Amino acid sequence: MSELSFFLGCIAPNRYPGIEKATKIVMEELGVHLKELKGASCCPAPGVFRSFDKITWLALASRNVVLSEEMGVDLLTVCNGCFGSLVDANNQLKEDQDLRAEVNKILAEVGHEFKGTIRVRHIMEYLYDDVGVEKVKESIKYPVDLKIAVHYGCHLIKPSKERHLGSIENPTFFDELVEATGATSVMYKDKNACCGAGGGVRTSSLETALKLARAKIEHAQAAGVDCIVDACPFCHLQMDVGQTEIEKKFGDVFNMPIVHYSQLLGLGMGYTPQELGIDMNYVKNDEFIAKIEKIGGGN
Amino acid sequence: MSDTDMKVIKTSDLDLAFREEIMKEHGAEKLSMCFNCTGCTAGCTMAEHEPNYNIRQLLRMANLGMREELLNHPYLWNCTTCYKCQERCPQGVHNVDILLKIRTMAVHSGIMLDKHRKVAQLMANTGHAVPINDDNKEKRKKLGMGELPETVHKYPDALEEVHKIVRITGFDKLTEAQS
Ligand code: SF4
Ligand code: SF4
Repeated sequence: MSELSFFLGCIAPNRYPGIEKATKIVMEELGVHLKELKGASCCPAPGVFRSFDKITWLALASRNVVLSEEMGVDLLTVCNGCFGSLVDANNQLKEDQDLRAEVNKILAEVGHEFKGTIRVRHIMEYLYDDVGVEKVKESIKYPVDLKIAVHYGCHLIKPSKERHLGSIENPTFFDELVEATGATSVMYKDKNACCGAGGGVRTSSLETALKLARAKIEHAQAAGVDCIVDACPFCHLQMDVGQTEIEKKFGDVFNMPIVHYSQLLGLGMGYTPQELGIDMNYVKNDEFIAKIEKIGGGN
Repeated sequence: MSDTDMKVIKTSDLDLAFREEIMKEHGAEKLSMCFNCTGCTAGCTMAEHEPNYNIRQLLRMANLGMREELLNHPYLWNCTTCYKCQERCPQGVHNVDILLKIRTMAVHSGIMLDKHRKVAQLMANTGHAVPINDDNKEKRKKLGMGELPETVHKYPDALEEVHKIVRITGFDKLTEAQS
């Protein structure tokens, strides 16, 4: 059994605990044991905190990486934003000795040292590269018969100078992993567009951020999908909580279910939407829940 | 400010050292290679929804040395950092990384949005930009999970490490609310 540390970040444990739980369940089923990364903090978010002060961002991000180094395992995240921060910080400190020395001076004050011994992994690229689409397919007991709009999000694949995940304009690995569950990945307009949350925009100009989310959901709905599947709790929050805000600000009602890939995989493995926390979304769509309750062989 | 708003720029007001300062940052060296093609803005998802936001123009201002205008620019904080434009730039300019550097220069000159100060302080105090609340403690319990996640929320010593780091770097003071 492989082992990884599980970096939680903020939004999964504190807003969508179902994503945290689903991830542990599905990885265990796939033979990957996730160890708690005790005492980790906010990643901290790449667009905002990195903008405010680079050294603080690097010191806090590298502290999270170091906690995993000290356990001797690679680190796994289920969030594009956390991946963005931790991969970029890890790479920068591995490459730039001056920067590493500067950051290590700070980390020494709290009893740590960055050594550059581990890799930061995102669940989607880990599943694709290390577990493999075939093994994911074999883990599915109940094919998930849903039409899905895949939302890659941004920091999973970009900036590509820090990642190597194939085409930036037309990536396919996420779609392949979605189809491995028995679902159909449906093409929709501006599929690779950003959800609008990042870079501090959701914090500073909510209404503008929501316009991007609204376009995204509109395009997915026009393609006739059952739900949007993402791999990032921040995109998840922006598109789920965002729908309640969009309704208030613009009057549009979509009732679009938002599902994290871990939760989708859990459904195919036979777990119920309740066990996976899919019913805990802020947008309530009973019809969808009733539909996915049937996947696990129930009636 | 949109592209069509004409304004006289006096060369005597320009601060060329500003550009040099940005280009010193690792990754920002290619700022001067921007040939103003607008490829970045043309594909920008934010610009589609907020036409006043124009990264090409912001980079132009940086190249001209328009320090004050840029640090106080009303749309400096509109980029979601989706990195689409950086991937597409024909000149290989790391335009988003450059924009982040300009934001840092704004914050270090004391120019910061109140909402950003709040979230920065929240993170500096609790170790989380989005901390737990009662509603989600309930959700965790209902899912059979511990009420608090295995993060700084559960380990006070770990939170103290975060507090110490933000004190050492001066982040707590930098992002303090202004009276
Ligand atoms: S940053 Fe690149 S894409 Fe944008 S205007 Fe300059 S050269 Fe063109
Ligand atoms: S990174 Fe920023 S400027 Fe570039 S395309 Fe995305 S939102 Fe627009």
